[in-house]
Amino acid sequence: MSRDLLATLALALGSGTVEIVDLTQPLDPDFPVIALPPEFGQSAPFRMETISRYDAAGPAWYWNNISVGEHTGTHLDAPVHWITGRDLPANTVDAMPPQAMLAPAVLIDMSRAAAADPDALLTRGILDAWESEHGRIPAGAWVLLRTDWSKRTGADYAGLRADGAHTPGPDAEAMRWLVHERGILGFGTETIGTDAGQAAHFNPPYPAHHYLHGAGRYGLQCLAHLDRLPPTGALVLAAPLRIRNGSGSPLRVLALIGHDE
Amino acid sequence: MTAPLAPPPRKDPLRRTRQPVPLPARRSRAAEGLTRAAAEGRFMLQACPDCGTVTYPPRDACPRCLSAGLAFANVPDGGVLLAATTLHVPVGLWFRERAPWRTGLVRLDAGPTMVAHLHGDCTEGGRVRLRLMLDRAGQAAAFALPATDTPNMADDRQLREFTASPRFRRVLVTDGRSETGVAVARAMSAAGAHAVFVGVRERWKPFPEEAELAALRGVELVALDSTDERSVARLAADLGGKTDILVNTGGHVRPGGLADGRVAEFRDALERDAIGLARLAAAFGPALRWRGADRENAAVAWVNCLSVHALASWPAYGAWSAAQAAALSVAVCLRAELRPGGIRVMNVFAGPLDTDWFQAVPPPKLAPAALAAAVVDGLERGLEDVFVGDVALDIRDRLAANPKAVERELAG
Repeated sequence: MSRDLLATLALALGSGTVEIVDLTQPLDPDFPVIALPPEFGQSAPFRMETISRYDAAGPAWYWNNISVGEHTGTHLDAPVHWITGRDLPANTVDAMPPQAMLAPAVLIDMSRAAAADPDALLTRGILDAWESEHGRIPAGAWVLLRTDWSKRTGADYAGLRADGAHTPGPDAEAMRWLVHERGILGFGTETIGTDAGQAAHFNPPYPAHHYLHGAGRYGLQCLAHLDRLPPTGALVLAAPLRIRNGSGSPLRVLALIGHDE
Repeated sequence: MTAPLAPPPRKDPLRRTRQPVPLPARRSRAAEGLTRAAAEGRFMLQACPDCGTVTYPPRDACPRCLSAGLAFANVPDGGVLLAATTLHVPVGLWFRERAPWRTGLVRLDAGPTMVAHLHGDCTEGGRVRLRLMLDRAGQAAAFALPATDTPNMADDRQLREFTASPRFRRVLVTDGRSETGVAVARAMSAAGAHAVFVGVRERWKPFPEEAELAALRGVELVALDSTDERSVARLAADLGGKTDILVNTGGHVRPGGLADGRVAEFRDALERDAIGLARLAAAFGPALRWRGADRENAAVAWVNCLSVHALASWPAYGAWSAAQAAALSVAVCLRAELRPGGIRVMNVFAGPLDTDWFQAVPPPKLAPAALAAAVVDGLERGLEDVFVGDVALDIRDRLAANPKAVERELAG
């Protein structure tokens, strides 16, 4: 039975009735990273230095050394990333169970609200309305928030002003409810973080980090191409690098979506 | 009277770029005392501590009393131009390319008679001021200026071979996001630079001076992050052929030592200050060296704004001091590597600046504008080592006297 299922999937992938969508931003030196107050330690941006390029340092081969923070580019946050998840078992990326790396996803589209207001928030009201249209959010699913933020670049993407970043995200009650009332696997965004730009001023501060990681759940951020996902039915493959005691990892995120034949 | 300098015409792209040729570069070890004086813009000759005789050329014993204790000391720079000669067909290739070339004999009030390169306004029998200046090979030479300033004095053709004024030149300032970078960009614009390219890293982060910088005469903001190989290479591809003066204003200042465990910050400082300088050197160095003799369009100088704590660690800012020491070492290596092109590498040493990251440090602190003024002044005078402000000058002098005392006192 399950062998048939995989064979059917392989055929569907070949025929294109199941499509693979890449939800990953390129690792690029110019891609913004989270900006903390300068007296705190900073996450390194992506950097690449040539080892050789068919030259004296390596006549027939091209390769590079790269350096990157765990939380740079499209990346996953493990529970240990936040203080609320510090004492949980298996809270690091190397201990993440493989079962969590392939999971269903639902998509909540806030792109119109985010276009009108960079501080637009995902609220309990929006979640209730979504459920009345699409059904209950299943336990163990990724909840991905579409804001079309990944179509922005540079300063427009980072949204930094004198009073901090202005980018959309969830409010505290929405996040508490998703984690504790719906038992989601994790929450994913197109912005630099899972939390809204102004989330330091929420109660609790950074509610996505607070609730997700406190319950052993995951975050995905800097996602792309969420506009190609259906509200329900996608399957997301998100497998971080197996960094020993790692708090997160850049990763390739793929979504499988089915089309009617 | 000197003809005023005119803006240079654009380079004729059909004409071969004139290549740098070497100047004689070897001097005796004793004569390097002149080099040190010239690098800092001082006029120093050997003076005998026993009989008081001032002597030139440098030697190991006093020619009058044979004392072995000759030491370099500041001496009066006034003298009389005894005779002037114009070389129309000099033997040396470097001078032949710049002929006619005037030299002369100057009898100093201090005693010795010296052969000197002559400013065009020096007349035979007239009073002159003698300078020790570094030639394009980095060695000290005597240069005679008129006794009092004359109109357009700095524009003299021969003098300009010894200086690196930003006037009508194209300047790249590496970090417009720093207070030093902003001040240097302002100063270069005010000093008459033809173009001031100002590097901005992380353009997705706004910064308050951006609009003011962009509005300055001649200023153009460009993307540059010295921690990013690709960014440096891209800018060098665009600007390597038209950067006459590069001013590296990098300086990732953070308080804290190393035993505090702030290794990540040390790494950031090393990345920006030392390895970043090496990246700039690798990308821009060859182009500047190649263009070092390109007539009126030539590249002339590379400036590094450094902390005087590159020379003496200040444990309160110990990680940063160590990064600055590494940057200084890179800069000295770069100086040797750019010398064949006749490019001057000028290191400007300052103490704490009056900026955010030194906010809790008590005065004296140097205003970034004062540092920028010292950069322009050093270029105009053709210096190689500039100590600016009380703290930097004090540390320079105390290091010469007793480095151990400096170490103990900076440790607090």
